[in-house]
Amino acid sequence: MRLTNKIALITGGASGIGEAMCLRFAQEGATVIVADIAKEQGLTLAQNINQQGGKALFIKLDVSQQSQWQVAINQIVKQYGQLDILVNNAGIAIPGTVEDCTLADWQRTQLVNSDAVFIGTQIAIKTMKAAGGSIINVSSIEGIIGEPKAAAYNASKGAVRIFSKSAALHCAQSGYNIRVNSLHPGYVATPLIANAVASMPESDALEFQQRVLANIPMARMAQSSEIASAALFLASDDASYMTGSELIIDGGYTAH
Amino acid sequence: MRNSFNLDGKVVLITGAASGIGAKCVEVMAQCGAKVMATDIDEQQGLKTVAEFKTQGLDVVFCQHDASSSDDWDKAIAATLAQFNRLDILVNNAGIYIGGTLLENNLEQLRLLNKINIESIFLGMKAAATVMKPGGNGGSIINLSSVAGLIGVSGHSAYGATKGAARLYSKHAAVEFAQLGYGIRVNSVHPGVIDTEMGGQVFQDLVDIGLASSFGEAKNIVIGMTPLGRLGKSEDIASMIAFLSSDAASFITGGEFVVDGGLTAA
Repeated sequence: MRLTNKIALITGGASGIGEAMCLRFAQEGATVIVADIAKEQGLTLAQNINQQGGKALFIKLDVSQQSQWQVAINQIVKQYGQLDILVNNAGIAIPGTVEDCTLADWQRTQLVNSDAVFIGTQIAIKTMKAAGGSIINVSSIEGIIGEPKAAAYNASKGAVRIFSKSAALHCAQSGYNIRVNSLHPGYVATPLIANAVASMPESDALEFQQRVLANIPMARMAQSSEIASAALFLASDDASYMTGSELIIDGGYTAH
Repeated sequence: MRNSFNLDGKVVLITGAASGIGAKCVEVMAQCGAKVMATDIDEQQGLKTVAEFKTQGLDVVFCQHDASSSDDWDKAIAATLAQFNRLDILVNNAGIYIGGTLLENNLEQLRLLNKINIESIFLGMKAAATVMKPGGNGGSIINLSSVAGLIGVSGHSAYGATKGAARLYSKHAAVEFAQLGYGIRVNSVHPGVIDTEMGGQVFQDLVDIGLASSFGEAKNIVIGMTPLGRLGKSEDIASMIAFLSSDAASFITGGEFVVDGGLTAA
């Protein structure tokens, strides 16, 4: 078990990639804090993990609210005395090109995908400073390449990528023993993708799906568990010389 | 759960396995459950290294192998199949470093670097994919590049050219193998400066080209450039390679994996 005695906070932990991470980290011995705005789903997941012999706690957290972060961190420190791993996984995708994206959609996307990663990373560093830790910020291949139908999402994920490097360098130079890396999933079969596609006009959705699948050399989407295992690697001491780095899991999408 | 990056039952061929990163890969991957064919041009050192691992109970066999020789690849693959009956993972680790400034380098040096660092990767990917493809089991190939395959470094122009080639060669192979349905993943790993014999050559070269006054100063310069404030260890790289080899990385192909203590993030 690679995460024995580690306390791991995973935002957006109730479903999709976050849920897969919670399950995997718990299997590896971590105490998992399932943080999400979806209370029912999060409580059920934490309960399932505990019933299967793992250790999990649900905390309701809207990642865009700084005050809620403080409450969550206080509770974790009070209950467990430490925080070792933070995965800033919560995110939203509102489809839209640069022409049809509204300013409200743009700002909402930056708030959840980018501002929240800043808030979470900042507060985690404060908490981890003394004992060290690993922070994993979930970007996307959309933080590396352009997608015409995801202007706001592209911008928010690009921000996460380079912000992670800045934070990584700061922590290293300050001697904190906190590693910060970004994770870049390609297309994953999750509710986020399914919902985004469902909200598109039918012809757009069809075109999007055909174009995406045709562009994945491995010709399939990822399973959430395949992203969770990469996060596990970054979270573990196996990655102790990795900081400010990027881990891409995309079936070859960005290689071509 | 047991070992998260389980290699139980997998057969691995690792080149340049007598010392440094290659030897550590043999140890880590065998500890993860793999059966390992360790190859190296240096038979004496290779046999010695493998003998040590065998005393730990690890399933490791040595084969003398010049990774830049096509005939030797036939021999190494045949030995692997004879011993283990299959091949699942190839780690193209064998490589050399030749420093010096571009003005000092000669064509012979460049050709030698290309022969050992790139021709070996071509021969290895071709030989391994030929075996992995028809079985339908697929496989994973990891090619050792370097941070010198990503950024410019004084004294590294010839070496870096081969490592840049290794990086993109991996992507081309990855895309082709995926699109043609071979089920073989190909990725490159990019170590920073690692505390090995080759790392020592890098420090000496910084002295030789006049960018450091002593070996110790050169080492301190490199450590100073590294945000984590230390050289890499062989196990830092071996654990990444073990991860990429395993089914935990089943959707990862054509990727480049930088393990450099933050060197290239700055």
